[in-house]
Amino acid sequence: MVKVMVYPPTSMILADLVERTGHEALMVSKEVRKKVNTPGLDSPPLNMTPEDPKKGLKYAAVDVPSGVRGRMSLLGPMIEEAEAAIVIRNDNCTLGCTGCARTNELTRFLLRTRRIPLLELDYPEDEFQAKQFVHKIHEFLEGLN
Amino acid sequence: MKSTKYVVTSQNSDVLPSDIALKIYELGREINVKETCFGVIIDGEEEDINATVEEVRAMDPINIFIKDRGFSPGDPRRCRGHRGGGARPGFYMMQHESEILPLISRGLASEAMGEEAPPKTETRKRPSLEELEVMINEEFS
Repeated sequence: MVKVMVYPPTSMILADLVERTGHEALMVSKEVRKKVNTPGLDSPPLNMTPEDPKKGLKYAAVDVPSGVRGRMSLLGPMIEEAEAAIVIRNDNCTLGCTGCARTNELTRFLLRTRRIPLLELDYPEDEFQAKQFVHKIHEFLEGLN
Repeated sequence: MKSTKYVVTSQNSDVLPSDIALKIYELGREINVKETCFGVIIDGEEEDINATVEEVRAMDPINIFIKDRGFSPGDPRRCRGHRGGGARPGFYMMQHESEILPLISRGLASEAMGEEAPPKTETRKRPSLEELEVMINEEFS
């Protein structure tokens, strides 16, 4: 079983496809779950512990907006833990009211520089693309075994 | 350790959220089930949830999608009932992915039948600077 990081880190489709093949999907919700179970945090992940910005500082400088460092305190350990990654390029859906484009860029950059098996593709827009999408992911995940 | 998962059905699925909830009740495990418009949220001990997930997926393997959730259902820190309404955190991502679930289901069906992947189609790419220069010269000269 290989730990596969999915990007967008909340992607249901990618996480489902990874877990169908018996691998472990690294998702931000699992990190949030750890915080939820930590006593003393009123509203994770919006609240942070004093340790979180320190973790974030490992990935982004002190003059980078605190939101990036806060998000990286969740995403950074996942990137380090990942043994493979699947990245979606047309990720417009990640830029909602609570999204952060700079964190997304940094996450993709760090995944590329990790030199782990990496699959980059786009969300499908028609049936042909969907078949290719699923086929490429299956091929990639089977190759990890 | 407790675990919470979303079980989401594709628009093409014949399985209703209520069918999934009934199936989980039939299994007799200590699991909390919350029916929603897109599927169900299940919450319980990790071993129970993992075993249940396999059985729920078997109801319609190509049209049921499952992912982890950070908060338990009804958690006052996230539940809109406790927070006085408002946007559902994570809604945009789920809405976007729900729209393409029927396509993914067809892709999974194709894989399950052992069909070969369709040939690569040429992707549209942006013209390079040189190509743009040629196009501008052709258009305006």
